[in-house]
Amino acid sequence: MTPVHYVALSVILFVIGGVGVLVRRNAIVVFMCIELMLNACNLAFVAFASMHGNLDGQVIAFFVMVVAAAEVVVGLAILMAIYRARRSASVDDANLLKW
Amino acid sequence: MTHVLAAGTNTDSIAVESVFWILAVLSVLAALAMILVPRAVHCALMLAVVMLCLATMYAMQGAPFLAFVQIIVYTGAVLMLFLFVLMLIGISSSDSIVETIKGQRLAAGLVSIGLLILLILGIGHAAIGPDTLSKTAAGTDNLSGIATLIFTTYVFPFEVTGALLITAAVGAMVLAHRERATPRPTQRELAARRVASGHLAPDPPPGVYALHDSADRPALLPDGTTSELSVSSALSPRDPAGEPRFVPADETLEITAESGEWEPAPSGRADS
Repeated sequence: MTPVHYVALSVILFVIGGVGVLVRRNAIVVFMCIELMLNACNLAFVAFASMHGNLDGQVIAFFVMVVAAAEVVVGLAILMAIYRARRSASVDDANLLKW
Repeated sequence: MTHVLAAGTNTDSIAVESVFWILAVLSVLAALAMILVPRAVHCALMLAVVMLCLATMYAMQGAPFLAFVQIIVYTGAVLMLFLFVLMLIGISSSDSIVETIKGQRLAAGLVSIGLLILLILGIGHAAIGPDTLSKTAAGTDNLSGIATLIFTTYVFPFEVTGALLITAAVGAMVLAHRERATPRPTQRELAARRVASGHLAPDPPPGVYALHDSADRPALLPDGTTSELSVSSALSPRDPAGEPRFVPADETLEITAESGEWEPAPSGRADS
């Protein structure tokens, strides 16, 4: 398999994740779609690492995983706080800043 | 696993090719199912499928360390965190089908098709060469190679990552913390409240003298009525609309011997 196949797959997964972020209303599902997009980026990084023959891409993918873990922790804590205040996990209900 | 790892650098291998196509189709289908199924728990399971497929692909591409980190950190920790929050927020939370913004889904589809075309064109123009990862970098030296890179070239980003993790942990604790609005009631206040409420004894447990022993079945009182006090108030809202579980006290029930179900007496109103 050439890396171009992996990059094409990562593009498809990235776009599917983007559609999920745009379409879904449940905030947890939106988070999961963001995770899918980050995973797709990681796949592209690993493919490029194997194309260039060095490990830099793999290290970057590792950093992406760490940042994604931190993002999930803070995001889910915000979600819990919103749920406690508004009794809903829908992104439509957190509209106090809407003009 | 070791077979896949060993075959990862061999681009001519038919086995690697077939494994790639199986995993690619599986992961794309799971990703599509993830944005289509209404329930959040099913979304999480589909995401687990995608993550495991990607972990196998990392192993095939000569990144065994990332493959295991993907399984342990992503599928094991991050996804379980998602499931924990899902359990806290409500397992039955599902998306509403109605569009809140008119034409939003159509616009999202058009934008995503545009993005897909743009990215595919970008890949087509880019010069993506063949797999050139050396066997040592992909095999046993993978872990030590990554460690060397992290602690030499990328040591500053690595330390920033540590600061980020600590900040995230503190932020999560601050966000999850809830101040007590009222002082904690003492035992004396609790006792006075119990005496004032009129119910000195604890509520009857569910299922006692009832026909079923599940927790959502009310206890059957000696006069044939059911006791609403015996079922937790958290259970009754989850009960789907249908059979009423609680029978008012003015209705008498008789138990038919053959079916074992509650039947209202002829004077009572129909409860189904």
